[in-house]
Amino acid sequence: MRRTRQFLLFCGVLAFSMVSKAQETFPQNDVADPKYTYYAFTGATIVKDANTTITNGTMIIKDGKIVAIGQGLKVPQSAIEIKADGKYIYPSLIDIYSDYGTPAQQPRQGGFNFFGQAQLASNTKGAYGWNQAVRPEVETFKLFAADPAKAKTLRDLGFGTVLTHVKDGIARGTGAVVTLADENENLAMLKERASAHYSFDKGSSTQSYPSSIMGSIALLRQTYLDAQWYKNHPAKEGVNISLEAWSENQKLPQVFEANDKWNDLRADRIGDEAGVQYIIKAGGNEYQRLDDIKATKATFILPLNYPQAQDVEDPADARFVSLTDLKHWELAPTNPAAFEKAGIPFCLTAADLRDQKSFLTNLRTAINYGLTEKAALTALTKTPAEVLGISNQVGSLETGKLANFLVTSGPIFAEKTTIYQNWIQGKKHNVKDEVYNEMRGRYNVVVNTSSGPVNYLLDFKTPSSAIALRGRDTVTSRFYYDGRNVRINVAPERRGEANIRLTGTVSGNEWRGYGEDSAGNRITWTAAFAAADSARGRMDSARKKPLVLGKVTYPFMPYGWEEAQAPKQETILVKNATVWTSEKEGILQNTDVLLKNGKIAAIGKNLSENGARVIDGTGKHLTPGVIDEHSHIAAASINEGGQSVTSEVRIADNLNPDDINIYRQLSGGVTTSHILHGSANTIGGQTQLIKLRWGADDEGLKFKGWTGQIKFALGENVKRTPAIAGQQNRYPDTRMGVEQVLEDAFTRAHEYQKEWKDWEAGGKKGFAPRRDLELDALVEILNNKRFITCHSYVQSEINMAMHIADKMGYHYNTFTHILEGYKVADKMKLHGANASTFSDWWNYKMEVIDAIPYNAYLMQLAGLNVAINSDDAEMARRLNQEAAKSVKYGGMSEVDALKMVTINPAKMLHVEDKVGSIKVGKDADVVLWSDNPLSIYAKSLYTIVDGTIYFDREKDRQMEQQVAAERMRIVRKMNSEKRSGMPVSPVQPSYQVMQSCGEHFHNHGLLVIDAIQLENN
Amino acid sequence: MKKIVLSFAAICFLVTVKAQENIAPAPKQVQPVVITNATVHVGNGQVLNNATVVVTNGKISAIGSNVAAPANAKTINAQGKHVYPGLILSSTNLGLVEVNSVRASSDVREIGEMNPNVRSIIAYNTDSKVINTLRPNGILLASITPEGGMLSGQSSVVQLDAWNWEDAAVKIDNGVHFNVPSLMARPRGFGFGGGGRAGAAAETDPVKEGLDKIDEFKSFLRQAKAYSTVSKPEATNLKYEAVKGLFDKSKKLYIHATTVKQILVAIDIAKEFDLDAVIVGGEDSWQVADLLKQNNISVILSQPHALPILPDDDVDQPYKTAALLQKAGVLFAINDEDGQTRGRNLAFNAGTAAAYGLTKEQALAAITLNAAKILGVADKTGSLEVGKDANIVISEGDILDMKTNQVTTALIQGREINLDNKQTQLYEKYKRKYTGAF
Repeated sequence: MRRTRQFLLFCGVLAFSMVSKAQETFPQNDVADPKYTYYAFTGATIVKDANTTITNGTMIIKDGKIVAIGQGLKVPQSAIEIKADGKYIYPSLIDIYSDYGTPAQQPRQGGFNFFGQAQLASNTKGAYGWNQAVRPEVETFKLFAADPAKAKTLRDLGFGTVLTHVKDGIARGTGAVVTLADENENLAMLKERASAHYSFDKGSSTQSYPSSIMGSIALLRQTYLDAQWYKNHPAKEGVNISLEAWSENQKLPQVFEANDKWNDLRADRIGDEAGVQYIIKAGGNEYQRLDDIKATKATFILPLNYPQAQDVEDPADARFVSLTDLKHWELAPTNPAAFEKAGIPFCLTAADLRDQKSFLTNLRTAINYGLTEKAALTALTKTPAEVLGISNQVGSLETGKLANFLVTSGPIFAEKTTIYQNWIQGKKHNVKDEVYNEMRGRYNVVVNTSSGPVNYLLDFKTPSSAIALRGRDTVTSRFYYDGRNVRINVAPERRGEANIRLTGTVSGNEWRGYGEDSAGNRITWTAAFAAADSARGRMDSARKKPLVLGKVTYPFMPYGWEEAQAPKQETILVKNATVWTSEKEGILQNTDVLLKNGKIAAIGKNLSENGARVIDGTGKHLTPGVIDEHSHIAAASINEGGQSVTSEVRIADNLNPDDINIYRQLSGGVTTSHILHGSANTIGGQTQLIKLRWGADDEGLKFKGWTGQIKFALGENVKRTPAIAGQQNRYPDTRMGVEQVLEDAFTRAHEYQKEWKDWEAGGKKGFAPRRDLELDALVEILNNKRFITCHSYVQSEINMAMHIADKMGYHYNTFTHILEGYKVADKMKLHGANASTFSDWWNYKMEVIDAIPYNAYLMQLAGLNVAINSDDAEMARRLNQEAAKSVKYGGMSEVDALKMVTINPAKMLHVEDKVGSIKVGKDADVVLWSDNPLSIYAKSLYTIVDGTIYFDREKDRQMEQQVAAERMRIVRKMNSEKRSGMPVSPVQPSYQVMQSCGEHFHNHGLLVIDAIQLENN
Repeated sequence: MKKIVLSFAAICFLVTVKAQENIAPAPKQVQPVVITNATVHVGNGQVLNNATVVVTNGKISAIGSNVAAPANAKTINAQGKHVYPGLILSSTNLGLVEVNSVRASSDVREIGEMNPNVRSIIAYNTDSKVINTLRPNGILLASITPEGGMLSGQSSVVQLDAWNWEDAAVKIDNGVHFNVPSLMARPRGFGFGGGGRAGAAAETDPVKEGLDKIDEFKSFLRQAKAYSTVSKPEATNLKYEAVKGLFDKSKKLYIHATTVKQILVAIDIAKEFDLDAVIVGGEDSWQVADLLKQNNISVILSQPHALPILPDDDVDQPYKTAALLQKAGVLFAINDEDGQTRGRNLAFNAGTAAAYGLTKEQALAAITLNAAKILGVADKTGSLEVGKDANIVISEGDILDMKTNQVTTALIQGREINLDNKQTQLYEKYKRKYTGAF
């Protein structure tokens, strides 16, 4: 301990073989200066990996590598010994998700702009692929340029190696493993092609497509197919560098930046289809759906970007922060611990942090929230090394591996621990090396004044505070210590103005120097270490309070249920209700309905069932669950408007179970919703039918056993009438062009189908034709395996659509909106189309000026199967009343009116065998209303899906109180953080994005941002 | 149900000789009208059973159970029917906007932030196709309101059966509309693809910006108030002139505000300048209902058919807000500003409020008498009381419920108006296509 740095003595003495050579090809503008790099660290606690610790160990490194490690090793005579008694040595950390040394990213561009110009082709020049966001040809190792400032920031956090890549685009090319050594790039690079990277975010691409997450998904799926197809070098494709690179990259570990729990699952499904297991870069909210996350079997990369506490002191501001955000603030630090507990492999990254310097602090927070130190170390060393196939070089301290290690004052994740040095490739980098020898404790200070030596006892607490004692009196003192220099200022008398200012140098545990007293007399002084700090071993700061945390709810939203409260399928007997069957039986008075095993088990009088939950229906009305043919809830994106034909995109790929509108619509009796693509293009995307199983995951929402549909659109939206005059450049811009788009699409579909049939009939000789997801969907339509629901308004276009369908051999299953359907209902009837319409919307744009509220009635009169739809999250919860408007406008019977939101939509969705009426054997999807269901006064008391009560009006009242109480608890907690001096950010209201069709004006209040407005940014 | 079909068949006959352009305003009342055997919903909370309403010279001249019919009166037997005051849309762009997405058909937003001097009445288009679709739903009056900027301009109350805006006017320039600036941080960091990308930091503090704008408005009011004390100002200022009426309370200040903070601003301004203030919108007004009551500030509530502001809110919050204001004793009206249905569902918005805590008569008052009070026209309309304009609606059943709202007769100023409109005409036309009937 006395002389810890003797190595200078050795320098130059034994320089004959142990040298680290400079690069031989590089000329030297100096004499050759090979460095001597043979060191032995002794006396340290060496943590070789998370599971192996050697006390009083020795580690010998030479030429950048570890040559020996263990206990009681003999220090070779020719090695420079570095005494590390009391110190800890760890493998340097690995950040697997960095963009270190890559070119600065261009600012993000907008997506599809509903009102602006489209960019339909890629702006990238060269023999690359068609989409600007697919850049598998980017090779980070060719672009990498060491960045000393950023390297230092990362090294100071303990990192020695990073996987870096250009974070731009949907396919981002390859990543490279580089060390953070202060070397030139040639030597810092450990692995040129270490990984391939993907995301949903098109980054700097200015191309219109894709403009939605489901578009990104479709693009990735198609590119997998195209790359496979391109392997045969089809002549008509020419050279495609992007597809070539894509295939080449498949050999590498595949990393997907998903950044959110649902996106994680979406990415994993793309991987499943392509036969790829992604390593998934997470977002930090995965603890909210851990079972799903685990089921991906992926290794995750977790950021530590916890939201900051908000300043919620003002109740009028706090009002607008949702419980979801409050709870996430509280629970975000539990994310890594949740992964550990669930046994999901993970790495940790400093990516996404507002300030990278907060990495260790946030990691300690994660540890305080349950992450073990072992798991933390593994996630920063072994796991990333294994994932990247570089464990032969880094990730633990073993003979033959790189000498990448940290020298610290104590266990690496302890709050008081200092990282002194970060050695990379055998070269020392100073982190806080100046305090390597810092000895806190008591020092005897001797000041040689003119009147003789004066003794002080100085208690060195921290580099900026120390207490000086003269005899038994504490004297005023100021103190500064930086490991090399020390300054002490003492006032010998308590109230006097006299003081002594000392400055000196540090030499191990001895200090010496000179000073002046207040009279200007020069004096000399010395200090020697006397005793260790008596207060050693004190606890880490005050945080050891037990954690009080709220529970995860499903979904992670207000009115979500805790696992223990999950609504369950029950046997339910509704007694003595007025039952609206939506069957030929019509309305049954004083009738009982039994729900069992998720089905309607019996309808009749005086039913009984052992163990059933009995609900008294006296004076109440039981109806089938309401079905909404046209909805845009529960999806992360709705419009892929980047092209006029986007049949390859699927709403199913981006369902969002975290939509409060699922619950709100349950409260309005809705049990099944058809989630449609928007109306931005002639051939939109594939739709998804869901059941409103509040709390289920995205798969759990799906209506099982359903034949898929697809959204088409006509008229103003697809010809982009909202575009600013002169800005329209996407075909079509007239209804005439819309017809041509349809004819062209189905012509191509026929040819495509023939190409495949011919190939199959020919014994599948030669290369298979290219699989085209867009045309696949159209071929499904041609073969009645997918049904069309077509956004449409005016009679001319409806007529046209049916003609082109007849000509091209397809069929319109449903015309949706269809506000002029009443003008051509006879033709629609002939075509065999269904009609799904609004009750009384009109005059919000030119193509609806002839809309009339009698439309539904007239279409029904003409013999069409008619439904009333919402297209609107608010109206959807009053669909029963919307149907009632046909009683007012036209005089439809009440029974028929209710059918328009029950059995009729079930028929047009081809699920009338499962839902839509109260019939034995059908799904137990029913609503018990307080009143006639067509009345303005009717409220759903119970909304039941599959025999599970998902909405219970009384329980709703209780949950409302729970939500309020939970809000208050967390607001109090945030306020107490603020009072305790923790940083808080100004209140950020919890804005929500609402997806919409993209045509008329949806205004849903203060905190709702229409997705269309967002796209228009 | 048959009855309804029959009544449409009757209209059908008329349609053959009329198109929308020919739906003329009814002439001035000459012959007295007597409505008998009616269930009369007065609008003030009262219900009169089996009552008679007498209408002469455009006014209600008598009402009650022992009322004699004048000679030559036309009798309308309202046996089994319900009689209501004409419903009032208390803030609407009716007649200013024809087709929302067609810019040329919009006259609702003037350029600039401070437009107290612009007046909706002169742009009100009595030939708007929307107007006639409101009347069969019972809506007979509306307050035509400009939009945009901080001071949008002045509204006027009109009746919905007129040749031109002059005829339509019931009260011209009844108030000035002030939109309280947002006092809320803007959204940040949205976009698909998840997090990992912090949104651009706001360059300006929107809250401070909002407060600055409010200060600007207050200093405008101070200047205008001082100006109003000068009998002959050296230089005329149209904007000051326009708000003069606020200070003598001949005009009201309609303050469009959503949040508690905005409402507090409204209360502050009302007190400082001693104004007759009305909150318009008031989505969060229920949180400060007592304060509104104490300060005697009324509310035009935005339509109950709306989503709650936050996922955390009671799922039925917008349905219940009216009942909370009622409970606190706040004077309020219920509005319908829906851009897709164009206001026709006013009665059903009130019906929803009745389903969630109001009595039916309270709900009715919110679209009749209370609206009239808030718009400053309660001396003329809003309830079925002697001396008021005979703005009367007769419905087959409960007007608040779409299932029973079936208006058979409507009178504006005693004139029995034509309930036909473009939509009923298209209906009749195309019904013939499917029934073959002529």
